[in-house]
Amino acid sequence: MAQQTTNKNEWPLWEVFIRSKAGLDHKHAGSIHAADAEMAIENARDVYTRRMEGVSIWVVESKYIHASEPGQSEELFEPANDKIYRHPTFYDLPDELKHM
Amino acid sequence: MNQNSENKILSTPNSQFLIPNSILLLYTLQIADNALIIGHRISEWCGHGPILEQDIAATNIALDHLGQARSLYQYAAEQFNALPAEDKMKMFSSTTLQAKLTANENIDEDDLAYLRDGWDFHNVLLVEQNNKDWAYTVVRSFFYDAFNFFFYSALLNSADTTFAAIAEKSLKEVTYHLRWSSEWMIRLGDGTEESHQRMQDAVDYLWSYTGEMTTANETDKTAFASGIGADLAAIKTAWKEKVSAVINESSLAMPKDAWMQHGGKDGSHTEHLGYILAEMQFMQRAYPNMEW
Repeated sequence: MAQQTTNKNEWPLWEVFIRSKAGLDHKHAGSIHAADAEMAIENARDVYTRRMEGVSIWVVESKYIHASEPGQSEELFEPANDKIYRHPTFYDLPDELKHM
Repeated sequence: MNQNSENKILSTPNSQFLIPNSILLLYTLQIADNALIIGHRISEWCGHGPILEQDIAATNIALDHLGQARSLYQYAAEQFNALPAEDKMKMFSSTTLQAKLTANENIDEDDLAYLRDGWDFHNVLLVEQNNKDWAYTVVRSFFYDAFNFFFYSALLNSADTTFAAIAEKSLKEVTYHLRWSSEWMIRLGDGTEESHQRMQDAVDYLWSYTGEMTTANETDKTAFASGIGADLAAIKTAWKEKVSAVINESSLAMPKDAWMQHGGKDGSHTEHLGYILAEMQFMQRAYPNMEW
């Protein structure tokens, strides 16, 4: 979570997500300051799409992003390491099965 | 004008418009010089913007204006190079440009931007006014963007296909400029007591420079009559409607109609233009043809 170390008079921080092409998903591009959502979209447009990087922009105020604790990564993520059978590629498919 | 499709109007300089070539050139320069000078003014914010995001926004907008200026100067240079030699010599008084003509050289877009003297610039007085502060910058842009929006919309229907093509490309940019400056009008006009006061000061100060944009000079009249130029009387009405709507929404007071400054389109400028040109043209004048 973003810590409140900034000056009180500063505009809130926003996280910017850009979709580079129709059909692809929005990816985190960075963050900007803005007074409200409308300004955030415009600032994001000016900072992150000036070299044709995007066709769509999402912004969300940084304080609404909740993140997992890096310290908990062992319990959160490591149990998945030895469960490769969860990948669909683990199974042999019958030859008759096409388009998988 | 002949509307037959066989006699399709071409946008080459010597072509068939019912407008003298020299007037077409002046008209092109009026539009181009507005774009160059406002672009230069806004570019002065580069590295000095109030916040990083707006520093970049202002720089993007400045580059849009310079891009429009470039297309228009290319067209103007094409027209100029096709003029008869004696007309060329009469067109611009700059000795550097005249030396090029004496040497029988063609001129290009850079020559028009960097080698013309102040009295040969045809931009309106509004665009050369100082940045002063963010309020003045925003209000100046807003007044100009509102005009530019209606102007390029009208130019889409120009009988000159080059103008129509430039208008089509520029209109997308100008639509965003108008959105940007309108939003800052409302944000700051309807913001704190201080921001409101600063915006009102800027509106009142710059107001007398707005009339010139929609008052036709001889060049505008000839261009409109020939089907190439925009109808400034119609734009005047649309401009005023748009401007008063945004000013009302900004809780600002609309200035009373009073005497308007004019002269820029015909080469009589405020003292600011000289300073702009001194800075902008210095390198090319001191080190001709330098590249970097």
